[in-house]
Amino acid sequence: MATTLASPKSVRSFAGGGSGHDDHGSHGGSGGHGSGARGRELPARVYRTGMWMGLAAIVMLFAAFTSAMVVREGISSDWVSTRLPGIIYLNTILLLGSSLTLELSRRSLAREAAKQFVLWLCLTLGLGLGFVAGQLQAWRELAARGVYLATNPSSSFFYVLTAAHAIHLLGGIAALSYLVLRARRLLLDPRRRTSVEVTAIYWHFMDALWVYILFLLMARL
Amino acid sequence: MAEAHAEAVHAHAAPTGFIRKYIFSLDHKVIGKQYYFLALFSVFVGTLLSILMRLHLVWPDAHIPLLDRLSPAGAPGGVMTPEYYLSLLTLHGTLMVFFVLTTAPQGGFGNYFLPIQIGAEDMAFPTLNMLSFWVTFVGMVVLLATFFIGDGPPISGWTAYPPLSAVGSAAGPGLALGQTLWIVSIAIFCVGSLLGALNFITTTLDLRARGMSLGRMPLTCWSWLLTAVLALLSFAVLLAAGVLLLLDRVGGTSFFIPGGLIVSDKIIANHSGGSPLLWQHLFWFFGHPEVYIAILPGMGLTSHVLSTFARKPIFGYRAMVMAMMAIGFFGFMVWGHHMFVSGMSPYSGFAFSVLTMAIGVPSAIKTFNWLGTLWGGRIRFTTAMLFAIGFVSLFVSGGLSGLFLAQPPVDVYLHATYFVVGHFHLVMGVAAIFGMFGGTYFWFPKMFGRMLNEFWGKVHFWFTFIGAYCIFMPMHFLGMEGNVRRYSSFTDNFLIPLIPLHKFMSIAAFVTGAAQLIFMFNLFWSMFKGEKAGQNPWEATTLEWTVPSPPPFDNFGGKHPVVYHGAYEFGVPGAAQDYIMQDSVEKVGAP
Repeated sequence: MATTLASPKSVRSFAGGGSGHDDHGSHGGSGGHGSGARGRELPARVYRTGMWMGLAAIVMLFAAFTSAMVVREGISSDWVSTRLPGIIYLNTILLLGSSLTLELSRRSLAREAAKQFVLWLCLTLGLGLGFVAGQLQAWRELAARGVYLATNPSSSFFYVLTAAHAIHLLGGIAALSYLVLRARRLLLDPRRRTSVEVTAIYWHFMDALWVYILFLLMARL
Repeated sequence: MAEAHAEAVHAHAAPTGFIRKYIFSLDHKVIGKQYYFLALFSVFVGTLLSILMRLHLVWPDAHIPLLDRLSPAGAPGGVMTPEYYLSLLTLHGTLMVFFVLTTAPQGGFGNYFLPIQIGAEDMAFPTLNMLSFWVTFVGMVVLLATFFIGDGPPISGWTAYPPLSAVGSAAGPGLALGQTLWIVSIAIFCVGSLLGALNFITTTLDLRARGMSLGRMPLTCWSWLLTAVLALLSFAVLLAAGVLLLLDRVGGTSFFIPGGLIVSDKIIANHSGGSPLLWQHLFWFFGHPEVYIAILPGMGLTSHVLSTFARKPIFGYRAMVMAMMAIGFFGFMVWGHHMFVSGMSPYSGFAFSVLTMAIGVPSAIKTFNWLGTLWGGRIRFTTAMLFAIGFVSLFVSGGLSGLFLAQPPVDVYLHATYFVVGHFHLVMGVAAIFGMFGGTYFWFPKMFGRMLNEFWGKVHFWFTFIGAYCIFMPMHFLGMEGNVRRYSSFTDNFLIPLIPLHKFMSIAAFVTGAAQLIFMFNLFWSMFKGEKAGQNPWEATTLEWTVPSPPPFDNFGGKHPVVYHGAYEFGVPGAAQDYIMQDSVEKVGAP
């Protein structure tokens, strides 16, 4: 029959929150020690993996939109180019800037520079919100020109791609807001800083995704 | 030890309130059961719909009691209209594909057993896990709402091809609000599946117990992992397609609606240039991997059960994993074979055809290895084993006709006939369902702490196995005779001689459907009254059998399992018994 392999000692260390090592030596191999989803003390790489998987799904979503756009443009004769609203270039600069400030914020955190950390983080959040406001302004600019969702296939794709990106970016803004609210705790406890790293992965990805969308729109619209 | 154990349990006490324990539970085992019962409910409704359809097919004038209550317009006086037949067909397909075949094997068994089999306490992200279930639940409610809102469920089938699915009520009943709700439901389902998939992948990659290398994972875990990868990459595409279709319907866009379209003598105004084919490409880019999402967990379960009850190591473990990977990989490159008659370049058709037939190779490897596992084994014919063998049988019978359909010249003739219906019901429907039945009979003792009744299980098996063949085998013949699918009754001269065969299939369907009540009764009776199950009633090797039935809240009672053996070490020379548990410290067997 199965033998029990965990000794009382390892059980106790686990009960103590999973931070102690167990008596089987350091964990090796590809497995990891599988310590507690329940204890909420997962290694940082679990969150990283989860984030990358989420990003893979987002990549597929936008790949599908892209292929739909390329096909839709290719097969029809009703495609009329939509001139991009000028403000999206400014928005792009804001978003690129937000990635920079987020990195500065992370460096401040690594240096335990509390004030700078919070400052740069708030600035990142502000730039992110500025980008969303700018995108809304871009929509208004198009609407003022009489270009709506259903005006033309090219404008349809403009709205779909920018809206889908903005919805995902709002998730990033929610995550940044969470970090701002929890800033004190993050500063006190380095073990909780995985959330900063994972948010940064997401935010930079949103940034890169926007640059991709912008080039796509510039090339195809 | 006892003291330490108590301490460990205390440190991670299970929630005691009803709502946190059973409704919004974070425990993967509860969520697994929730998924399982959601699928059980869906399969009950879906089967009921198919019984009504089979009834209408051969007795189109039959009065069906209560049906006019459900839909006064769809069944005036209890007699189903042809349109309502299509509504039921749509809901049957959608429920079965999404809420049964996609949820039960992965969300149900996968959720319950993946963490235990790899030696983890829970999924990587329990809150996300709970969210995936409840999102899926909302998707199901929205879908079923189509029965009660507006003029019934859409009539566009589970593939919802535009332009008819995009132009609203002009195209027929259920295509106004019903179709919109259908798209919303599927979009919600996509989100739930994506969240689930990323959780499965992360859990498998990062939460395995010490010693549980990828090569020691049970094949069930491999199948859940690969299914999650397919789901992650394909549901996002369906989500995108759904958004575009929804915008065509409510936003006035023309992604899929061509200009100058006339539907029911009405010109569909304000649209131009859209491509219905674009939807087909996007849909089938999801749709083909989806059939592997349905069948891969069944393959994993079948391998697992065959090895356990043949008391032999799985034949060619590595080849089995590679074959599943190959099936998943090729699964993304064959979507065009659903569109041979939709119009495509002969060169594309050729490529899709060759790639499709290439999937026959890994499929044959799997079948060969299953037979190799059985060969010379000391087979224990438990109900779970019977269903696993039945899976192999159905997979071969249903899969072979896929090779016919993979060839464009043959497909042009057989497309949209009952041949296709027979093919996918056998290989994707019934085979996958056999995987779920096998899983139920195999894992029920672990999930509920009691045994299912084996005698009634075997009765259920034989009725279902023979019944399934009686229902779906004749469909191949019907298809070759030119019997088109989706007709609600047969009035054309050349179809009338086929009606007796249809009657035979319908009666077989009623009997097989009734036999499922044996299963339902066995399930619910055994849950409370069944014989108590021991820790390892099947003498199986994997980690879920090292813990009590049902397992404690955190699966291993605060211990960390360590794995020293592969998943299928049966009949190892020199071992104390004919099986070695994965966490056994016995120094025999493969390193």
